Amino acid sequence: MLLLGGAPAQATEEYALLQVAEPFIELHSGPGVGYPVFHVVDRADFIEVLKRKTDWFKVRTADGKRGWVARAQLEKTLTAGGEGTQLKELAQGDFSQRRWEFGLLGGVFNNAAEISLYGGYAFHPNLSAELSGAQVLGDYSSSYLVNVKLLSQPFPRWRVSPFFSLGGGYLSTRPRTTLVPPEDRNDFTAHVGLGLRAWLSRRFILRAEFNRYITFSSDDNNEEFKEWKAGFAFFF
Amino acid sequence: MEGRLRILLLSALCAPCLWSATAVAAEGGAEQQVIQPQIDRREVGIDEIDSEDFEISVFGGLLSTEDFGANAVFGARIAYHVSEGVFFEASYGRSTTSESSVERVYGGLPALTDSGRILSYYNVSLGYNLLPGEAFVSRNWAFRTALYVIAGAGATRFAGDDRFTLNFGAGYRFLATDWLALHVDVRDHVFDIDVLGYSKTAHNLETTAGLSIFF
Repeated sequence: MLLLGGAPAQATEEYALLQVAEPFIELHSGPGVGYPVFHVVDRADFIEVLKRKTDWFKVRTADGKRGWVARAQLEKTLTAGGEGTQLKELAQGDFSQRRWEFGLLGGVFNNAAEISLYGGYAFHPNLSAELSGAQVLGDYSSSYLVNVKLLSQPFPRWRVSPFFSLGGGYLSTRPRTTLVPPEDRNDFTAHVGLGLRAWLSRRFILRAEFNRYITFSSDDNNEEFKEWKAGFAFFF
Repeated sequence: MEGRLRILLLSALCAPCLWSATAVAAEGGAEQQVIQPQIDRREVGIDEIDSEDFEISVFGGLLSTEDFGANAVFGARIAYHVSEGVFFEASYGRSTTSESSVERVYGGLPALTDSGRILSYYNVSLGYNLLPGEAFVSRNWAFRTALYVIAGAGATRFAGDDRFTLNFGAGYRFLATDWLALHVDVRDHVFDIDVLGYSKTAHNLETTAGLSIFF
């Protein structure tokens, strides 16, 4: 009733309205487990959800108190229509059915440090395409590496899932200016690789991979490189 | 005869009662209809809750480039907060370094070209809110704060070359509101350099202040 009374004043901004189904929920002064509990909302009372920061939700009570509630507590409340909330976190099934994937990997390319960024799209649970860009920073040169590849994932339902990849790219190397003569090199490359994706939690993936490169040099002297890298990825 | 008259009189008397009864019923129905849509309209989906896990910031301060003086540095950062403790951050910064003491004292040829004197870096780092807390201004007025540690890797372009760079440091975040924060950061950028004729590992300390927005 209090809430209905207060409704007209807040009519301009609409927030999700929830009814507390647990005996009580706790309002913290900040979005973290260490912030003190300063208020408790009893069962059957209504709260409005204003915003979210990571796993914490800022709520407003019927009498205007604002505080932060942990996701685990808010999950058990009901919507105004009397149904359970949809705050459940992403599960392993969502990992198997992901579409977009973005990640950041660090590693070693031909004994030099490498930082790489990639984005991928899955057409099918077993098959995806990726575009990546990397910078390789060695003692005698620095390179940019751009790759396009196709990944095959034979066991998409596994939590730790292996993949095989095949692709091509372009490697642009610039020797250090302190070296003589500093001559730039630009070569097309091809690579094969294998790796692992492991679902951590929510939308996070741990990824590690090994690739073998061959560069098609203009001077008919093809070179082979090894690349190891690992890092984090997000999926949507 | 008498009976018929009585029925006629009674029905004449009762007609208004019936009228008012139906009117009340109709009014009741109308009232229910007024309340019902109001509740429906306030059903907002849980998915529509606005999340504020991204943070974009600009910063400025001093970068002490080893051998090349302490100079103004400006840059921008974007962070993604994964949980209440952990966040990822990507940074870009730029500074114009001054002459090294070797160039100043002995004169002669400058060690670097004008474009080589501009230092720019990027890095990606992992941060952890080590000491989250509240700063109390008065009895009923508090601000959320956090002391965080951060470390990562990236590249620095300086003296014509890109150098692999590790960075680590700590910072203090002061949230003026839920979406606006002030930062103070201290970082060490570590890279190998051989510009002055010999190779060495340079520690480049950076102190900055920044303003960030959560979205």
